[in-house]
Amino acid sequence: MIRDHFRVLRVDLADGRGEVVTLEGRDTVAGGSGLAALLFEKYGHVDKPWSDPEQPLIFAIGPLTGYFPLMSKTVCAFKSPYHDQYAESHAGGRSALSLRFADYDGLVITGKARRLSVVSLGSRRLEIKDVHYMQGLDLQITGKMLRRMFPGSGHRSILRIGPAGERGSAIACINADTYRHFGRLGSGAVMGAKNLKGIVIQGDGSFDLPEGKTYAALFQDVYKKLTDTDMMDKYHNLGTPVNVLVLNGIKSLPCRNLQQTHDEAVEGISGEKFAEETLMRNTACSGCPIGCIHVGFVREKFMEPNQYLYRQVSYDHEPIFAAGSMLGVTNAFKVLSLIDVTEKMGLDVMSAGVALAWATEALEKGLISERETLVPLKFGEPEMYKQALGLLGQGENDFYRLLGQGVLKAAKQYGGEDFACVLGQEMAGYATGEVFFTSQALGFRHSHLDAGGYSYDQKHQDKDVEKAVGFLVQDEKERVLLTSMVSCLFAREVYKREVLAECLGSLGYKTLADNLEALSRRVQEQRWKIRVATGFNPSAVEIPKRFTEVITWKGKVDGDYLTALQSGYAKRIMEMGRRD
Amino acid sequence: MKTLTAPRMERCIGCHSCSLACARLVHKNLSWDKAGIRIKSSGGLSTGFEANLCLACDPAPCAEACPTGAFSQRKGGGVIVRKKLCIRCGECDKACPVDAIYLDFTGEPFVCIHCGRCVPFCPHDCLELKSAGSAAAAGGEEEETGS
Repeated sequence: MIRDHFRVLRVDLADGRGEVVTLEGRDTVAGGSGLAALLFEKYGHVDKPWSDPEQPLIFAIGPLTGYFPLMSKTVCAFKSPYHDQYAESHAGGRSALSLRFADYDGLVITGKARRLSVVSLGSRRLEIKDVHYMQGLDLQITGKMLRRMFPGSGHRSILRIGPAGERGSAIACINADTYRHFGRLGSGAVMGAKNLKGIVIQGDGSFDLPEGKTYAALFQDVYKKLTDTDMMDKYHNLGTPVNVLVLNGIKSLPCRNLQQTHDEAVEGISGEKFAEETLMRNTACSGCPIGCIHVGFVREKFMEPNQYLYRQVSYDHEPIFAAGSMLGVTNAFKVLSLIDVTEKMGLDVMSAGVALAWATEALEKGLISERETLVPLKFGEPEMYKQALGLLGQGENDFYRLLGQGVLKAAKQYGGEDFACVLGQEMAGYATGEVFFTSQALGFRHSHLDAGGYSYDQKHQDKDVEKAVGFLVQDEKERVLLTSMVSCLFAREVYKREVLAECLGSLGYKTLADNLEALSRRVQEQRWKIRVATGFNPSAVEIPKRFTEVITWKGKVDGDYLTALQSGYAKRIMEMGRRD
Repeated sequence: MKTLTAPRMERCIGCHSCSLACARLVHKNLSWDKAGIRIKSSGGLSTGFEANLCLACDPAPCAEACPTGAFSQRKGGGVIVRKKLCIRCGECDKACPVDAIYLDFTGEPFVCIHCGRCVPFCPHDCLELKSAGSAAAAGGEEEETGS
């Protein structure tokens, strides 16, 4: 191990200084989600709004980061502008290994810079640079400029925000190294509120490895397991977009603002179609040989005769659902061009797509007019959506500014709450049924990754509330263990408890290795305690009517079952989240 | 004597498995830098990756520049490194025409020793251990079609 405690860099943007903080707690919270919760307890304020300059923006890695393959993710924690409660969002890229090699277990940013700034750190550097001239720049240009301005090409991570984050949109993301994102719940706006345009982390440190042959042999074994399983095929081949046809086939793909769960024309945006026609290459997070990041291209004619430009755009199932089926857009290249605009603006693509889907239906129903939308939004018309994404990112008028705070906020003003596809936040790309809807609506991150609810829906025909709720609680606990290490969740089939214990043991974390059950339970409860203390009431979560109208391969969603699941899961959450 | 080559870098996904393996297995470190092969994006992630590694020069300018014999000529190209003889002067790094040597902040040099232990960790077969003079060592597997 590098150390049996935590070494955290706290940067205060108000006075422009950093502080290296030593914290105990390795054996009780491990790192990642656990460390983020510990840091929020220390630096956060449950009773102050998310935008208060004193609120921390936290990044945390775990005890296994960099030491084993696919231990490649970073946990970002903050008080969310979306619901003003404690939140986490996760991303990979080079962020995790950069932080490891910069020799920090965590980074905490507090205060607000006087002018737009960038924090640059490494194992032997800390600089806060005034970049007021970068105000309003899109993410792509921002990335190019920061690459030129700071050292460490190839061995650094560049986190940055676009216009949406700068102006406080609750659906703004933090982009990590061009193709990955701390996407959900508005982390981009937290950076914006701090006048922070970017964070450059230079991974220029090194560490001795454990003595003896155990570690290297175990690494080899884990590496083999990870690359020999069907993960390589599932995530590397077509990647997550393989889900598009599968979900469409079982009537579980959200289409046209969830008015349908199946689209005849979906082959135009299938994983197969993207691979055959748009895929340029795969790329990977640092420390992961799987290479699940699929990079396609957008080619645009900008001038006659035959003058073209191209840009590279990463795609996954979720962006394809949000910028594709949800908007009735079934052309792969058009979907990529919509993702491309979303990227430039620094918006979370899932929330942005679902927001425009709601706006389209609201326009169809006459609740809003073109006075609000400025362009005639219509399902299946990508050019309109391309313009609208720019308007949403820039917060062009009152309507787009409100929509940029989340669909339900706009629906409360303009009407149309019944068909707002919101489950805690804008829905993810699974309309599999009651258990998934409950999982996302009440889940800690309101993410499809909180627990495998979509998988449970597909495997179970029964309507056993206790069993389903038990599954959600147990599955969340297992995932919390992984996000405290911090593993990519794609590796969850390999990193079972025994393997994690072996990995921790090989690095000298014997106490952690022997207490994984207590650890996962503790971190799971701790996150809920903070969430509840910041105002979360799971019983009060509204699941809009549209979700009860959904028809899947199992038939119509059972409203009573959904209500019972929400009630049962809410009870369990409050048991976990109650302060002693 | 075989040498390590990187003839198929257009396939690279930037996972760093090769350099992490070199650091772990050869240099006994957890590091991106203390490795004989280091991966860099070639002008931003959108333009792919380059491998920074020893081209197995013979004669090797770094060995000629080394004043203490810590770097000596390896048969078939590249260098044999004897760290105990190194005085951290950095002359090897200055002499290398392709920036293949990494000096840590104490001045300790790290360079590829052409052992090939990184090769099996590449998921896309970008790397190859080749005998000097073979096609891959000469660079490139693709045929030119002429113009």
